[in-house]
Amino acid sequence: MTVLDRPAVSAPGPSAPRRGAGLLLQWWRRLTAMRTAIILLFLLALAAVPGSLLPQRSLSQNNVTQYFADNPTLAPILDRLYLFDVFSSPWFAAVYLLLFVSLIGCVLPRALEHARALRAAPPRAPRHLLRLPDSGELRSTLPPAEALDVVEEELRVRRFRVVRRSADTAGASGGEVSAEKGYLKETGNLLFHLSLVALLLGLAGGKLWGYEGSILVTEGQGFCNSFQQYDTYSAGPLVDSGDLSPVCVDLEDFRAEYEEDLTASSFTADIRYGGPGEEGRATTIGVNDPLRIDGDRIYVTGHGFSPTFAVTLPDGREYTDLSVPFLPSDQTTLASQGALKLPDVGTGSDDQLALEGFFAPTGVVQGGILTSIDPRPLDPQVAIVLYEGYLGLDSGIPQSVYSLDATQIDRGSLERVGAANLEVGESVELPDGTSVAFTGFREFAALQFSHDPGQLWVLGSAVSLLVGLLGMLLVRRERVFARVGAPSGDGGTVLTVASLMRGSGESAPRFAALSDELGTVLAARADSARSRTSASEVPPRES
Amino acid sequence: MSPDQSLADLSDTFFTVSVALYSVALVAFCAQLAFGRRPVRERELVGAGPAGSATDSHPDVEPPAANRWGAIGIGLTILGALTHAAVMITRGMAVDRLPWGNMYEFGTAVVLVAVVAYAVLAVRAPALRHMGAFVLGPVVLAMVGIGLFLYAPAAPLVAALRSYWLAIHVTSAILGFGIFFVSGIASLLYLLRVRHDARAVEGETSILSRLPSAAGLDRVAHRTAIFGFPIWTFAVIAGAIWAESAWGRFWGWDPKETWSFVAWVVYAAYLHARTTAGWRGRPAAWVNVVGLAVMVFNLLFVNLVSTGLHSYGGV
Ligand code: HEM
Repeated sequence: MTVLDRPAVSAPGPSAPRRGAGLLLQWWRRLTAMRTAIILLFLLALAAVPGSLLPQRSLSQNNVTQYFADNPTLAPILDRLYLFDVFSSPWFAAVYLLLFVSLIGCVLPRALEHARALRAAPPRAPRHLLRLPDSGELRSTLPPAEALDVVEEELRVRRFRVVRRSADTAGASGGEVSAEKGYLKETGNLLFHLSLVALLLGLAGGKLWGYEGSILVTEGQGFCNSFQQYDTYSAGPLVDSGDLSPVCVDLEDFRAEYEEDLTASSFTADIRYGGPGEEGRATTIGVNDPLRIDGDRIYVTGHGFSPTFAVTLPDGREYTDLSVPFLPSDQTTLASQGALKLPDVGTGSDDQLALEGFFAPTGVVQGGILTSIDPRPLDPQVAIVLYEGYLGLDSGIPQSVYSLDATQIDRGSLERVGAANLEVGESVELPDGTSVAFTGFREFAALQFSHDPGQLWVLGSAVSLLVGLLGMLLVRRERVFARVGAPSGDGGTVLTVASLMRGSGESAPRFAALSDELGTVLAARADSARSRTSASEVPPRES
Repeated sequence: MSPDQSLADLSDTFFTVSVALYSVALVAFCAQLAFGRRPVRERELVGAGPAGSATDSHPDVEPPAANRWGAIGIGLTILGALTHAAVMITRGMAVDRLPWGNMYEFGTAVVLVAVVAYAVLAVRAPALRHMGAFVLGPVVLAMVGIGLFLYAPAAPLVAALRSYWLAIHVTSAILGFGIFFVSGIASLLYLLRVRHDARAVEGETSILSRLPSAAGLDRVAHRTAIFGFPIWTFAVIAGAIWAESAWGRFWGWDPKETWSFVAWVVYAAYLHARTTAGWRGRPAAWVNVVGLAVMVFNLLFVNLVSTGLHSYGGV
């Protein structure tokens, strides 16, 4: 379109670089137009939508994997379009970056102009005041200068910024007054839009220098803040893994409390934290109540149970206190699943022992199936399946710690050798004489360590954004003009008054009220002037 | 601490009474439309001319019967809002907490805010009573839908919701939503009215010609949106602050967060559109309607269909 709009060739065209610059300017203008802003806002809203309709890696890797399994042909195509990483995709970034470029291009010139307007006097009255929608005439018996004095004074009382000039309009006999108030509206607008930019910068900073690690910690154990220790972690590209805050945390006690209807009422963890090797300080964290230590936060994000087992081999060797976290598969009853892998129990690599199972804090067995009916550990039971053979742990392919590698079972390298439902203290004997006992459980907490250096900055931007927004939407910007018209025959003054208002639909009644009030004050002043003059001038007049 | 069942039952009774009162108010507003004479044709152009006069001209040309029905309608609406408020209060007393911990309670509160917002507008500007039927209609529908599909018995809150942020975040979300509800309906009626005005044959009467003027509707839509936008902005910010202490991050593109963001951006676009040449009038009104659609989608789809951290709101 731009190219087609070029002027006819006959005129000597500008040189190539100049034309390039002109074109650039044209595009810049187009980008920073309000119309473009609206379109970009729409695009931004639209671009966010797939992020909520399709599973996102940032939210749940499992759901994405599941989606791939359910839609094997479609998923890779969607993946190539970044539809499982919408909010970190290049096209999402393109939309918001364009929007922010447009915003800056739109707001900076306005900010400069506003800074100038703040120092400058209100502009001259338009030539034809009566053409403004809110305008009218006021008559007064006062002489022009005094009438204008009254108007000026009244406007100042109403906290207008007022300037008085001599009119240069044809037919005007006296001066004119320009008044303005509500500069805060524009200040608010600029503050709001610039806060958006600040907010984006804060977000970006947090993404670049922030990190987050999660770990399951059983009561009595702990961890230190380093990426090697976390079960999962994510870190911004500028995080130096050797430079994490040196903090260690021990979980001393975890408590979950429930209402009568088994709604969880509180989770609290007693922890001890401090530098490595230090004694550490004790504190309690819980849901909605993380630990904050300069720039770092530690959360409890969940909890569950680690059943403990004891294994006795036929030759009499005994392994006790084998404990592993089982992940809750049902948050209301805390029915949990997990696996215990014992690669070192046997003598070689093909007589390793493992079990996969189900833990019920309060178990009920119906028809041979164990289910949980209560999240509290009132009657803990497990249903386990035992395997012997090769676990494939050293095959180089990473395995989940919560389940056995199904390919080893399918391949026959892991062989099912028994299954049982056990209560605490019970055990099961395998064909080869090995005995596995369910000896009890411990509670674990899911802890999360977060570091986001942009967070306070984002909060500050959000607050100033809100302040700017309130200023922009609540303050009214008003300009009022008054000019002394041509002298009327009877020696009085005709004032033309008009107002311009932005940011409210109620301009007509407000103008009517203002001009009524001005009229009243003018009349009152005229009265008092007359009584004053009559006091001194009555005798000569009457004579 | 288990809920007080007799108070909970009382709350449910108030709910039924409110629906009944709103339904009767709806009938009264319909009667107002039916008995009303066609108002004098507006001479003003849409969006131009001194504001304020357009809506206020109606009562003068209204026959007394219609006026009476309008007054009855607004009276019943206020009565309904009172019993509706009683639904919330008794529910809150029954469970000893703020009564917006699940979708049933949230939805009921949003509708209450919408009714109150509309009642305030209609008491101040009687001409707006003409849109009463179009507000109370969706209100009754919403209440019946909430009662049938979202009802949840009085119950204590899950641990994650036990925070004073529930009061701050959810209260502002309810206020914003309720106000946007009225705004969206005003824009919808504006669109109907503009279309009707463009097609109207002189002398023909239809229900739509008894609506407030297009300019009046547009102004109501804009003013309510301007009122709702900072509240919604605050709700989103408060939500982020709460999420930071509850979920370990202030923003994570959880479906609810995503759709709240989408709604916020759409309302920002609406406010822009209102001040941009070429977008004023009908295009802007459409943006506002889309905004309301997003809000409703955010409540229904995100809570009922998708799974996210907000899902423990319970149905
Ligand atoms: C992140 C994107 C943006 C958001 C959320 C946003 C939001 C807003 C809001 C809520 C208003 C208030 C409207 C009113 O006073 O009724 C506004 C006003 C305004 N915005 Fe934006 N805006 C954005 C980007 C932009 C961009 C890119 C531009 C320029 C191209 C722009 C220019 C303006 C102008 C000039 C106004 C004042 C309108 C007036 O007072 O008449 N904004 N903005």
